[in-house]
Amino acid sequence: MNSTRRTFLKHLSGTAGMLALGSPARAEDSYSQSRVNGFGVLVDTTLCVGCRSCEQACNEINTDLPRKSPEHFKDLSVLEQKRRMDYSTYTIVNRYQSGTETDGKPVFAKFQCMHCLRPACKSACIVGAFSSEATGAVQYDSWKCIGCRYCMAACPFQVPAYEYHNAFTPKVRKCTYCQPRISAGGLPACVQACPMEVMTFGPREALLNDARARLASYPERYVQHIYGEHEVGGTSWLYLSGLPFEQIGLPRFGYHPTPGYTEPIQHAIFKYFLPPIGLYSLLGGLMWFFNNRKKKTAPADFKGLHSS
Amino acid sequence: MSSHENAAPVDTPFFTRGVMLLSAVMVTGIGFGLYRMLFSLAAVTNLNDQYPLGLWIGIDVASGVALAAGGFTTGALVYIFNREHFHAIIRPALLTAMFGYTFVAIGLLFDLGRWYNVWHPVVPFMWQGNSVLFEVGICVMIYLNVLYIEFVPVVTERFIGRVSLPGFLARLNDPVDLLLRFLDYTLGKIMFLFIIAGVVLSCLHQSSLGTLMVIAPYKMHPLYFSLLSPLFFLASAMAVGFPMVIFESMLAARSFGRKPEMHILTPLARFAPYLLGIYIAMKIGDMLYRGTYVYLFENSLPVIMFWLEFGLLTVLPFFLFLSPDVRRSPGWLFSAALMYICGIILNRSTVFFIAYQPVYGETAYIPAIGEFALTIGLIAALMLVYRIFVTLFPVLPAKEEAPAKH
Repeated sequence: MNSTRRTFLKHLSGTAGMLALGSPARAEDSYSQSRVNGFGVLVDTTLCVGCRSCEQACNEINTDLPRKSPEHFKDLSVLEQKRRMDYSTYTIVNRYQSGTETDGKPVFAKFQCMHCLRPACKSACIVGAFSSEATGAVQYDSWKCIGCRYCMAACPFQVPAYEYHNAFTPKVRKCTYCQPRISAGGLPACVQACPMEVMTFGPREALLNDARARLASYPERYVQHIYGEHEVGGTSWLYLSGLPFEQIGLPRFGYHPTPGYTEPIQHAIFKYFLPPIGLYSLLGGLMWFFNNRKKKTAPADFKGLHSS
Repeated sequence: MSSHENAAPVDTPFFTRGVMLLSAVMVTGIGFGLYRMLFSLAAVTNLNDQYPLGLWIGIDVASGVALAAGGFTTGALVYIFNREHFHAIIRPALLTAMFGYTFVAIGLLFDLGRWYNVWHPVVPFMWQGNSVLFEVGICVMIYLNVLYIEFVPVVTERFIGRVSLPGFLARLNDPVDLLLRFLDYTLGKIMFLFIIAGVVLSCLHQSSLGTLMVIAPYKMHPLYFSLLSPLFFLASAMAVGFPMVIFESMLAARSFGRKPEMHILTPLARFAPYLLGIYIAMKIGDMLYRGTYVYLFENSLPVIMFWLEFGLLTVLPFFLFLSPDVRRSPGWLFSAALMYICGIILNRSTVFFIAYQPVYGETAYIPAIGEFALTIGLIAALMLVYRIFVTLFPVLPAKEEAPAKH
């Protein structure tokens, strides 16, 4: 699978040139410069011990999620499996393995919505139910949502989950970045709860500098890459790792934001409505031509659909 | 100006064994549909967080829109290119497009989690110009109305001079008749505007359906990810238009105990290899340019689907349509048309839930019985509604009339 994906990325960058549709990061695409200056969280996975405190804090704070007892989060056997977020969980910790089963040691990584700078969910949403907040949070508004789940198909990190079991008011579920807390100057619950200080919250630019400093100070500890700095156009959540990122569940993505593939196509088709108007005029011209070509041919019966 | 056959309501008995069977299938499907409405998507479908789009999107919506392309391709052929010879099929083609799109909308409601919000995209403060789906939604909505307008003349023709409302409504007979005459007259003058609009709107949303999954480059199998995907969707929809009209016409003829209208269908089939050829050439060219042919012998479901839907059910009907013998033979023509229709259905399904490969989690999505039941039930319902309509309205050519002189 991985080799397939990698070869595929080359094809992808090749295709990007096929349609010369302007630069991918035009300001009017679903992108605002201020978002770059939003808050980020730097996750140093080399510090994580897999205690699930972040999961517990998340569940305690988000009271609209199904309630789970503190005992639930003490059970570390769930780490035997690779989990993903679902309708009842905004964040999960997975265990990975460095080296071989015998001489390696466990490596833990926490996942949640990455809060992309160019969110695919937001670009995809038919009713604009997703918004990019100044804090860096990507917010979901269930009141607008029609439940088409295109956001789920669009998200490269496969984050949004759905309340499939809810018959009448199903919601898309994903991490809120604790938007109310951080806009009031607080910390996301998971960041605050972490006993190992795995996560650092702050202005994204400052965090990038922090991350670079760590990479430079402890080159043997880290893969020399800040995941999320550029991936799919950049994410608010940034990761450092001692293992290759693919091995801790962070896929190898290109730097081009995924809405950067669809939005130029959309905007080209509707530029000043010229293409539709042009096609309309062309067809009108053809219609006139074919109905006046030969004097002998009667013009088409536009009433048309008439048979009298 | 009687340049084409007169259309007339069909006078075959409505209830047959086939109709009973269709009704049973429809009722079963609707049962599952209601169950989903009352007890959630999870109760009926196998959709999950990895596969948010399933059979209902792949077939009811995406294939439904493609297969309703016969409406705009026939409209363009008859009215824009003024090919009077094909006038007799314009009404059945429009009728199926109209019902096709109506059932796309109905099918979509079962899939939408919050179906009662389906009108949200038309509300200006929720407009989302970056969303491909927004464009598809708005275009389909407008086009559905255009199709209804295009069908108004059939209704006016049926009722002008024959309006007789029951009971106390009878006093409205004259005003209604006047309204019908006014509609008939006005629409007769401006119908060409709607015909062209229908073609433009179709081109827009048929192609945009193909743009939908372009936003998920890391999830699509390379064989099915291309920035030209919108063009593939448009070209394949245009290619399936006439085969679909042929298929429907022959199916209806058989059902009503008539002879297939080969004098129209055979020349109509002549366009199919050109349109299919354009699509096939584009697909192969794209594959060569991007080098994705390296995946052709990979052992995976998307690749098997590619061989099936493209290699077999697209390329083979192309060669069949090329042959004059095939085009003249009712059996072969029907088979070739049906093959490509299946090809389109498999292609759309592959794009939305087979070549779509979630980054995490390898839980397979296999559509549930209830999903198949609703999909098949909606198709049965569509056929029944079609049958009711052609029994009530002048859609199909009148049976006793001699074939057209030209």
